[in-house]
Amino acid sequence: MPAHRGCAPLAILLLVLGMAVSAPGQGAEPGNAIRAEERRSGYSFLTRETQAMQDDDLANPGFLWVAEGQELWRTAAGAAGRSCADCHREAPVSMKGVAARYPAYDARAGRVITLEQRINGCRLDHQGAPALAYESQELLALTAYVGLQSRGMPVRVAIDGPARPFFEAGRAEFLMRQGQFNLSCAQCHEDHWQQRLRGLPISQGQSNAYPAYRLEWQALGSLERRLRNCNFAVRAEPYPYGAQEYVNLELFLAWRARGLPVETPGVRR
Amino acid sequence: MARALIHMPTEARRGEVIEVKTLISHPMETGYRRDSMGQPIPRHIISRFVCTYNGEEVFRAEFFPAIAANPFLSFFTVATETGEVRFQWTDDQGNTQTETVRITVV
Amino acid sequence: MLSVSRRQFILAAAGGLALPAALRGVAQASPESAAVAMKAILGDAASREGKVSLDVPPIAENGNSVPLTVKVESPMTAADHVRSIHVFAQENPLPNVAHFYLGPRAGKAQVSTRIRLFTSQKLVAIAALSDGSFWSGSAEVVITLAACIEE
Repeated sequence: MPAHRGCAPLAILLLVLGMAVSAPGQGAEPGNAIRAEERRSGYSFLTRETQAMQDDDLANPGFLWVAEGQELWRTAAGAAGRSCADCHREAPVSMKGVAARYPAYDARAGRVITLEQRINGCRLDHQGAPALAYESQELLALTAYVGLQSRGMPVRVAIDGPARPFFEAGRAEFLMRQGQFNLSCAQCHEDHWQQRLRGLPISQGQSNAYPAYRLEWQALGSLERRLRNCNFAVRAEPYPYGAQEYVNLELFLAWRARGLPVETPGVRR
Repeated sequence: MARALIHMPTEARRGEVIEVKTLISHPMETGYRRDSMGQPIPRHIISRFVCTYNGEEVFRAEFFPAIAANPFLSFFTVATETGEVRFQWTDDQGNTQTETVRITVV
Repeated sequence: MLSVSRRQFILAAAGGLALPAALRGVAQASPESAAVAMKAILGDAASREGKVSLDVPPIAENGNSVPLTVKVESPMTAADHVRSIHVFAQENPLPNVAHFYLGPRAGKAQVSTRIRLFTSQKLVAIAALSDGSFWSGSAEVVITLAACIEE
């Protein structure tokens, strides 16, 4: 922040600090109060048994969707009669690291998009196939399969250049109070992570394990579904599926999760 | 066809006790839930699982609604001979799904 | 997707514990109906405590999916083996959880699965041995979020 000269610099400073969410790190960038060494995946907030469920690929129900995705990858679709494999060959090679850098700015779309939207973009543009519905089994399966190819790699999204305005919009979304409870994401996940709500610890709200199998859903679901649950939790009206507000927020969250390993398909409560 | 994943060794020594892990996608609808209009959602669960080894039953399970969605099951069996291990899930509407794995026993 | 009624959600938020049965509209099993379910297995015989162990987390993160491993001490020979294992959840709307049928070809009397628990309760497993005897074991589980109600 440039130093302000002239009348009431203190007042301006207080106003700016008041507008930002009060965070433990004095003067930390809004939405970035958690230091790198403190950054923790949602995995670390799970019980040992739930962690074991994620760790065992043979017991992790997310792999039912991954197996589905693996088959869809090889299945021809649309007017062009092409499968993903026809262009991308073997996913473990061509998709390695891809999910770790999404959401990303897409020049063709002229905006930041999620991995789900990129997959649908491929379907429309290269397969001549209709877009898969949000939260459909097929879209979840493909997203989980592609996500798996980044497992273990650090989340690393670009927020510079054309992505910057979307990133800032996502940050604003993260800091905005919403719903009847009038709470922002930051108030729980920046200010009060690790403290208990309804008997369970609040996580940092990191997004590195999605799509994830949530015990609450008894199914694999997308990050967007999880964010909609958060909207409901504070009694806010969710945006429609695919809304740019969610995409922007997912970009911000991915930046916030930078360095954490991709855990797709994660298991969460 | 529900997605099913089976993990067991495909090769074993005669007499070795091997672990079999199975996962199958199924909502295991309990019959106790209600939809957004307040109407009860009917029960629909996998009720039976049978494992046969070269035609002989080696393990069987009866499931009730208390088995979690996307049922996971791990059990053990003795690798007696080379052949086919067959897994069959049956739901409460009579639909079945069968998967087989070949095992070589030396 | 299903939506939670506001009343249920607020009540659940109030204590993070299982909701009282009257407010959920789902009948709970009682130790009496669990006893009936167990009698269906035992007949007139009694079961002795021992040989059967349940490996289950003492506090379950979510009642929708609680990992359970049941083990029975047995040589699993043709002469001496476990015929079947029966699991009961005394406070679930339906006390039966599963029946597992083994035999000497099992090699090891150990089964793992994931179960749903309606509320904090005692889990009981009864094993029927080849000599006609019944053995049982139990474990207490605390549930912080009930499973059988709408999410």
